[in-house]
Amino acid sequence: MIEVRNLTKFFGSRKVVDDISFGVEKGEILGFLGPNGAGKSTTMRMITGFIPPSSGAAVIGGCDISREPISARKQIGYLPENAPVYPEMLVTGFLEFVAEIRGFRGSEKKRKVDEAIEKCFLTDVRSQSIQTLSKGFKQRVCFAQSILHDPEYLILDEPTDGLDPNQKHEVRQMIRKMSEEKAIILSTHILDEMETVCTRAIIIAGGKIVSDNTPYNLRTQSSLHGAVSLTLKAPNPDEAAALIQTIPGVKSIKVLDHSLDDFRVRIFPETIVNPIAGTILSTLGEKNYEIKSIFVEQGRLDEVFRNLTAVTPQS
Amino acid sequence: MRTSEIMRNIKTIMKREIKGYFESPLAYVFIVIFLLLIGFFTFNVTSFYENGQADLRAFFYWHPWLYLFLIPAAAMRLWSEEMRMKTIELLLTFPVSVGEVICGKFLAAWLFIGICLSLTFPMVLTAMYLGDPDLGAILCAYIGSFLMAGAYLSVGLMTSSFTPSQVISFVLAVVICLFFLLAGFSPVIDIVSGWTPQWFVGIVTNLSFLTHYNSIQRGVIDFRDILYYFSVIVFMIFANALVIQNRKAA
Ligand SMILES: Nc1ncnc2c1ncn2[C@@H]1O[C@H](COP(=O)(O)OP(=O)(O)O)[C@@H](O)[C@H]1O
Ligand SMILES: [Mg+2]
Repeated sequence: MIEVRNLTKFFGSRKVVDDISFGVEKGEILGFLGPNGAGKSTTMRMITGFIPPSSGAAVIGGCDISREPISARKQIGYLPENAPVYPEMLVTGFLEFVAEIRGFRGSEKKRKVDEAIEKCFLTDVRSQSIQTLSKGFKQRVCFAQSILHDPEYLILDEPTDGLDPNQKHEVRQMIRKMSEEKAIILSTHILDEMETVCTRAIIIAGGKIVSDNTPYNLRTQSSLHGAVSLTLKAPNPDEAAALIQTIPGVKSIKVLDHSLDDFRVRIFPETIVNPIAGTILSTLGEKNYEIKSIFVEQGRLDEVFRNLTAVTPQS
Repeated sequence: MRTSEIMRNIKTIMKREIKGYFESPLAYVFIVIFLLLIGFFTFNVTSFYENGQADLRAFFYWHPWLYLFLIPAAAMRLWSEEMRMKTIELLLTFPVSVGEVICGKFLAAWLFIGICLSLTFPMVLTAMYLGDPDLGAILCAYIGSFLMAGAYLSVGLMTSSFTPSQVISFVLAVVICLFFLLAGFSPVIDIVSGWTPQWFVGIVTNLSFLTHYNSIQRGVIDFRDILYYFSVIVFMIFANALVIQNRKAA
C-alpha cells in the first residue's frame, strides 16, 4: 500500500501542503481533488520523490521514498502534470529508453514496449517523432511510460487534462481496467471524472485535507440530496403549493417555474432518513393532480465541492 | 550486482543523450562549425604551412580558446532542456540515482566531443604529407586536448543545472571557464606576479586548464596532469549533484 504520513511542504515560508496523511490499498482508485493551487501536484511530487517533504514521509510498499528511493520508485508508475516527454524522440525510442531504465533488456524489453503501445492505442503513431503528435497522443505516450513496467502503484497527475471527451473516456476505461491489482492515486479537478472513476475521494484545499469519503457519500452532503423535483399539471399553482406544504415530512418547497399549466417545484424533506417521494405521490394522486415527472435528487457534487473548498481564512 | 546495475543505468542514460545529439540537426551544425573554426584558426591565423614544420603545434595551440565557446555550447542543453521541457520530473522519478544520470550525461557529451575531435584527423594526414611528424607527440596532444575538453564540459554541465535558460547556462559556463583559462595565460600571470607572492602565483597557475594542457603538449603525459583534469571533472560532477538535489528542496 501507499502510506502518506503527515506530509508537509514549505516553499520559502509558505506552507503549501499541510500535514496530509492517508493510505491507499490495492484495488482502490483514490481521487485527489481540489481547486488549482491546492497542493495536489506538490503532494504527488513528494510521494514520487521528485521533491523532498519539509516533514513527514511517504512509504510505498514498505519502502520509504526518502530512505530507499530506488526500491520505492521501482514500484511506482508516475504521470507528471502536463505529461512531459522528450519531443525529439520517436515514440518507440522513448518507450524503449523507459523500458531500459526499468531494467528490461532484449526480447522482454520489446514485449513491454509493444504491450504499452497496444494498451494506450499508440500503434498508428509508434514510429512517429513525439513532437509531431497532438496533445492527446503526447498524453498517452506519457501514460504508456507510466504503466510500461506494470507497477503496483500508479500516480497520475491530471491524466485526462487537455483530452477531448472521447479520449477522456478511453483513459478512464484504461484506469478502471487496471485498478484491480493496483493502488492508484489520480488528481483531477473534474468532478464527473472523480465520480465515474474513483472509489474514494480526498478533497484538499489550502494544502489541507477537508474531506475523505466515497463519491456517493460526498453527494449526500449536498443540500439537494433527497429533495424531490416535481412537475405537475396544475392550473392553480398556489393551491398545489399549499397542498404540498401540508404533506407530512416536507420541510420546505421552492417553486422553480410555472408556465401555462406546468408547475415545477422542488420539495425538501425534513430529514433524508424518511423518503418523501411516496407520500407526495399518493397525496397528489388522491387530489387527482396529473404528475408529469418526479425525480429524487442525488445532490450536486459541485455544490459540495464549493462548500468544502470555499476560501477558508488562512494563517 | 549493484555495480552492474549502476553501469547499466549510466549506459542507458548515455545512449539516450547521444541519440539526442544526433537526432537533432544541431549536432551536425556543431560538428561543421567545430571543424571550420579549428581549420580557420590553424591555417589562416597562425599560417600552418608557413611554419615550415611538420607538426601540429599551430593546430593544438587554439584548442583551449575554441573550447571556451564550443564546449559550453555543446553542454548547455544537458540539464536546461530537461528543466524547460519538464522531463526532469520523469528522469528524477525513475529508479536511477542523480549520480548515475549526471555520469551518463557527462559521458555522452564527452563522447560527442571525442567524435568531433577525431574528425580533425585530416590535420594529422596533412602533417604526415608535409614531413615526418612525431606521431607519439601528436597522440599525446590529442589525449591532452580530450582531457581538457572533459574539464570544460564538466563546468558546462554543472552550469546548465542552474537554469532552464540555455543562454544563461552558456554565459555562466564561459565566464567560469575563462577564469580557469586565464589563470594560466602568460600575459595575465605576468601582471598578477607583479604584486602577489610567488607561491600564490604557483597555486593559481596550477589551477588552470591551460597550464596542464601546455604541459601535456610538450609530449609527455604526466600523472599529475591527468589527476588534475579528473579532479576538476569529479569536483564539477559532485557540485552538479548538489545543485540538482538542492533544486529539489527549493
Ligand atoms: N517550486 C515551487 N516554488 C514555489 N511555489 C510553488 C512551487 N511549486 C508549487 N508552488 C505553489 O504551491 C501551490 C500548490 O501548487 P500545486 O501543488 O501545483 O497545486 P495543484 O496541483 O493542486 O494545482 C501553488 O500556489 C503554487 O504556486
Ligand atoms: Mg497540479
